[in-house]
Amino acid sequence: MKLYCLSGHPTLPCNVLKFKSTTIMLDCGLDMTSTLNFLPLPLVQSPRLSNLPGWSLKDGNVFLDKELKECSGHVFVDSVPEFCLPETELIDLSTVDVILISNYHCMMALPYITEHTGFTGTVYATEPTVQIGRLLMEELVNFIERVPKAQSASLWKNKDIQRLLPSPLKDAVEVSTWRRCYTMQEVNSALSKIQLVGYSQKIELFGAVQVTPLSSGYALGSSNWIIQSHYEKVSYVSGSSLLTTHPQPMDQASLKNSDVLILTGLTQIPTANPDGMVGEFCSNLALTVRNGGNVLVPCYPSGVIYDLLECLYQYIDSAGLSSIPFYFISPVANSSLEFSQIFAEWLCHNKQTKVYLPEPPFPHAELIQTNKLKHYPSIHGDFSNDFRQPCVVFTGHPSLRFGDVVHFMELWGKSSLNTVIFTEPDFSYLEALAPYQPLAMKCIYCPIDTRLNFIQVSKLLKEVQPLHVVCPEQYTQPPPAQSHRVDLMVDCQPPAMSYRRAEVLALPFKRRYEKIEIMPELADSLVPMEIKPGISLATVSAVLHTKDNKHVLQPPPRPAQPTGGKKRKRASDDIPDCKVLKPLLSGSIPVDQFVQTLEKHGFSDIKVEDTAKGHIVLLQEAETLIQIEEDSTHIICDDDEVLRVRLRDLVLKFLQKF
Amino acid sequence: MDPECARLLPALCAVLADPRQPVADDTCLEKLLDWFKAVTEAGSSLLLLQENPCLVELLFHVLKPQDLSSRILSFALRLAGTFAAQENCFQYLQGELLPGLFGEHGPLGAAAWAAPTVRSGWIQGLRSLAQHPSALLFLADSGAVDTIFSLQGDPSLFVASAAGQLLVHVLDLAMRGPAKGHGRLQAQDWPACAQRIVCHLEDCLCSEAAPRVTQALHVLTTAFGHCHGLWTQGLWVQLSPLVARLLEKDPMPAPHALVELLLSVARSSVPSSNPGLWETAAQTLSRLSPMQAGPLAAGILKLQDCPQALRTQAFGVLLRPLACVLEATAQAPGTPGLLEGAAGDPMAVDMLPPSKSACVGLLCSTLAHLELLQPLPQRPSPWPQAPLLAAAVTILRFCNGSAAPSSEVGGRLCAMLVGCVRVQRAALDFLGVLSQGLGPRELVTQVFAVLLEYLMSPDSSPTVLKKAFQATLRWLLSSAVPPGCCDLEPRAQLVLRELLAVLQKRLCSPCWEVRDSGLEFLTQMTRRWGGQAGFRQTLLASEVPKLASQLLQDPESYVRASAVAAAGQLSSQGLLAAPSSPEHPAGPQKTPLEELLLVLTTDSEGFPRRAAMRVFTEWLRDGHMAVAEDRERFMARVLQAASGDLDWEVRVQGLELALIFLQQLLGARSPGAAPPGALAQALRALCRVQLFEFAFRSLFDCDRPVAQKSCDLLLFLRAKAAPSSSPQEAGDSPDVAPVEAALQRWRAGEQGQPLGELAPEAVLAVLRSMDLEALRDTLAESSDHVERSPQSLLQDVLAAVGVLGDNEADCY
Repeated sequence: MKLYCLSGHPTLPCNVLKFKSTTIMLDCGLDMTSTLNFLPLPLVQSPRLSNLPGWSLKDGNVFLDKELKECSGHVFVDSVPEFCLPETELIDLSTVDVILISNYHCMMALPYITEHTGFTGTVYATEPTVQIGRLLMEELVNFIERVPKAQSASLWKNKDIQRLLPSPLKDAVEVSTWRRCYTMQEVNSALSKIQLVGYSQKIELFGAVQVTPLSSGYALGSSNWIIQSHYEKVSYVSGSSLLTTHPQPMDQASLKNSDVLILTGLTQIPTANPDGMVGEFCSNLALTVRNGGNVLVPCYPSGVIYDLLECLYQYIDSAGLSSIPFYFISPVANSSLEFSQIFAEWLCHNKQTKVYLPEPPFPHAELIQTNKLKHYPSIHGDFSNDFRQPCVVFTGHPSLRFGDVVHFMELWGKSSLNTVIFTEPDFSYLEALAPYQPLAMKCIYCPIDTRLNFIQVSKLLKEVQPLHVVCPEQYTQPPPAQSHRVDLMVDCQPPAMSYRRAEVLALPFKRRYEKIEIMPELADSLVPMEIKPGISLATVSAVLHTKDNKHVLQPPPRPAQPTGGKKRKRASDDIPDCKVLKPLLSGSIPVDQFVQTLEKHGFSDIKVEDTAKGHIVLLQEAETLIQIEEDSTHIICDDDEVLRVRLRDLVLKFLQKF
Repeated sequence: MDPECARLLPALCAVLADPRQPVADDTCLEKLLDWFKAVTEAGSSLLLLQENPCLVELLFHVLKPQDLSSRILSFALRLAGTFAAQENCFQYLQGELLPGLFGEHGPLGAAAWAAPTVRSGWIQGLRSLAQHPSALLFLADSGAVDTIFSLQGDPSLFVASAAGQLLVHVLDLAMRGPAKGHGRLQAQDWPACAQRIVCHLEDCLCSEAAPRVTQALHVLTTAFGHCHGLWTQGLWVQLSPLVARLLEKDPMPAPHALVELLLSVARSSVPSSNPGLWETAAQTLSRLSPMQAGPLAAGILKLQDCPQALRTQAFGVLLRPLACVLEATAQAPGTPGLLEGAAGDPMAVDMLPPSKSACVGLLCSTLAHLELLQPLPQRPSPWPQAPLLAAAVTILRFCNGSAAPSSEVGGRLCAMLVGCVRVQRAALDFLGVLSQGLGPRELVTQVFAVLLEYLMSPDSSPTVLKKAFQATLRWLLSSAVPPGCCDLEPRAQLVLRELLAVLQKRLCSPCWEVRDSGLEFLTQMTRRWGGQAGFRQTLLASEVPKLASQLLQDPESYVRASAVAAAGQLSSQGLLAAPSSPEHPAGPQKTPLEELLLVLTTDSEGFPRRAAMRVFTEWLRDGHMAVAEDRERFMARVLQAASGDLDWEVRVQGLELALIFLQQLLGARSPGAAPPGALAQALRALCRVQLFEFAFRSLFDCDRPVAQKSCDLLLFLRAKAAPSSSPQEAGDSPDVAPVEAALQRWRAGEQGQPLGELAPEAVLAVLRSMDLEALRDTLAESSDHVERSPQSLLQDVLAAVGVLGDNEADCY
């Protein structure tokens, strides 16, 4: 059993598991942090961005100044943003049989895999994952395609040139494999390969293994996966949460008794408690708005935003903010808000029961009804008519490199009354803000990451007790900035196996058993013999028939009656030579009693020596040696067959035959 | 005993003796016992029994084998004990009754003994009875002492504990007799009964069974704690070797009980004659685990007299966990160590318990002990203020993950403490207490830094935040230069700016507890520094005053109450900006007085209205500008609102406000009557603000505190209006009839009746005609004073049974 690690990002995993005869890709995350190296794509022409100076080498060489621009001491690539794909060279991706998706954030690389690698298998995911994943992809494609950029920089990627660049460009990995965003056509084609599944549904893969999605509690439709055969069980935990937010709670019990637990997608900010951060978010929002400033919240169109809107729903009246408009701007804003309301069966119990009242499960419906929350596909059109300040704007993309957020950063960045509040933990807020510097606007970082923290992980592992844990290397040591925090790492026994990008792990367990079916008529013919209370044995002669990873013992064909030339010939081909079977022996030989028996039968001068594996009985007079071990007995004598047979019969007296 | 009770007594005894008439209420029996105890303490028990033979009959009746409830049996045992406490009465009952009740042939041998209440009654009866030498003899002869020994291990904890206490009482009684005049006795001269008990205790102390050792230690702890005779010194001489032997055992049995015993002995008169105790204590300190030794060390340090070496050792024990914390971060070499010269022995850094809960428990209890010790005059000197401060700061840094541990132990400590709310609270409390002393400049800077970290951190829980606010306030108070001066020192001034930025955010918190403690903090800060220019400037430059007044509309009533207090305080100091919310940016702006009046008249919850009344009272007392402008109008509006309030506390506050107004008009300080001119003027003012209607109405308020307050107010007024200055004498008598009619109706409960216009003369006349003193006395009685008389008690018991009897009759 092997694990091929195609992504080094612990929360955007992409691993391939070879298990029995299947090749299973676990998640398909897309590392978008690469876009932070690019200049933002403004929706409206930005004089500031277009007038940034070109970057030149120390020796004054300016050949890169078209591709690289400098802003407040940082260098950015002036080109269409590109993404860092999972490894494609480590394993032939056309051999992947299935892809299991655990949540909508972990499927963003799907079109790259399904459309460009010769992949012919099936993708499994839950319905909300697919629907919301589609929204995220649609938004991403929309954000990038609506601002076409003629230029595509590639010179800087040359290894010799890259070496000369300042950090972080210099240290960017595998820039040659970075790719531009996929098209909507590719998205549709990729999504068409997905087969929808429900929680706890058992899916047979070629009869060899069974995969089952379990609720992971992190997002609408998010799942962990169980991959099991009859005798082995692998759990794949990715992006799980134990907090009470909108999704169905996490199913922990089903993860018990795993041989291997692959652990990914823990919280990216283990020191920040989501509750505290939500409080911080509300306080800063209220403070800014009360002072007449605007609040910008860069976010994804689905996920934490639902919980934030719910908190604000409860908070705005108490904070006296009910007249402040909240805007949600995204090409998929409408679909996201509406989808969230229709996936009742995937929601937490509390929200499910609301559906029967009947009430919308999320209170943002009421915010929309009362005109407190308004949503628009983009800043163009209706929004510009309705726009009123001070206000709160939720919009993407959290990287601040594309989407409507770029416009608001340019618009509000110059005033210290305004605040940008970062709630998505995927991007470093300082790096995200770098191309906007100098910035007068206040910046608040309250990352809300509801995924498991290390305390919860250690409790989970204690409870489900897997034999082995496999996790990204980042989880096996404290964060580099807080090397003293030994509490911020996975702590389990035996220590977790770690992986990094482009590594292949041999998972530490051997398959020892395989389930075989016996045909009823064959079973009928067996004659079990009880050798110990509760344990019976029987000998079987059968034909082992293996097809589609299922093994069946069938009765051996009867010796054919010699009826005709052709048939006879075939029959003799099929029938193995059935020799007279020797009986099988079982039991052990008690040495003392054996010696007594020997003496009774006239042997004398017997010596017993203990060896590492058993005993040697020396019959000195007869110059014979009987070597008794756990699974064999040898009688060594000089060509005296009569003596040997006599001794053999004495040995057999102590053993059972069947 | 009054005749009426004596008349009811036979019926009562008959009821109690009748198993078919169960006494419904257990508390009745307790009250009866209390009453008999009071009666016997006031007079002769013998006489009581002779005059009321039914009582003895009742006791005899109990002796008969029958189906009496265990409660009655227990009652009879305790009652007999109460009577037999007097020696002559004891002799009167001794013949048959007492042996029957307390001897082997009484309940002791019967099935009733299985009920814990009977065993408890038996012990308490003996406890009351054992007051004289005859009782001792009785105890010895009846074999009761052995029973008490066995009851020490009773499954009922109440019974077991009472048995231990009885043993101590008997021991004390036995020793008191011979010890008189003889001073300290040798063990062989002790009375037989005492010797038996001591022997029993010795056996227990030598026992291998931990529960027996614990029992003995508990008995001894009680003995040294409650008995002050010289004999206790002899007892210690006798038993201390056995106690010392316990210390050598591994594991040490009953360490907690042992610590209690040593502290109890140390607080008694024993140490004066037996310095060996200190050695035992020192040995115990070194043998116990840090968690067990903490209470002993803290107890030793609280003693008035104790050898310095032991105090040093105890302080070392107490400081050790904190020293470990400091060690774990390896403070810079310049920082003074906590244990330098204190304990002397090499410190094991890994003494901290390995499990999280034990480690947290140890740190919390250490901090709590030190917190209690800090203000005591006998606290260790020199007090290691600087290292303690450093330790508190370090613990807080461990808890928020910002400390940099220098060793593996430190790393473990960090993992155990990070995010631990319990330790955070204890450390913040301790840090607050440490503000009483000074500290090196850099450390105080660190203190403020860590407090700010906590106040800023989104992860601080509401309770931790509250404590952080409290500690910050204490440190700000202590950093005034020179001490007691109003001005904040420059460093505190810097802190203040950051503090207000934090406060600003906290006042917007979605968690109401946080908004509440933020407002409280603001109120306290403003009260202290509202007059100081630096503070005013910084505060006015922030959004805090505006936010505070916006919180008057908070959905949570506690927050509104705190906002009222804060707005009141800010307004007193002229620091309150006119409130405006983003919803009504250009709306008409209300004055603070209008805002608070609105709260008083419209808020649906009591807390904000009470807070508003407190603010008004303060404003009136301090002469707030908004009040001084038109005091009468202010009073009229507030009193009108308060008088109709449903919350009695608001009405009491209203009367308090009225009293201050009255005092301001008539002069509170000068004793005796007010000058006639001033009085007449004042009375007219009081009539205009309708104070009298409120006060008179309150006299008949269904809530007693309101009536009492009103009574006090009117009495004050009457004293000020001396007869000589009465306007009544000047001319015709005023018409008081309508007033008195209204009062009558109010008294009858018709509170809706208005009083109408009042003439000052009529008020005075009514005031004089009322018996306010009698009313005050009546009100001073608790509301159940009538029902608490013994006669009422007896009637209640009989009535309850009588009702049962009626029902029985109905059945036929």
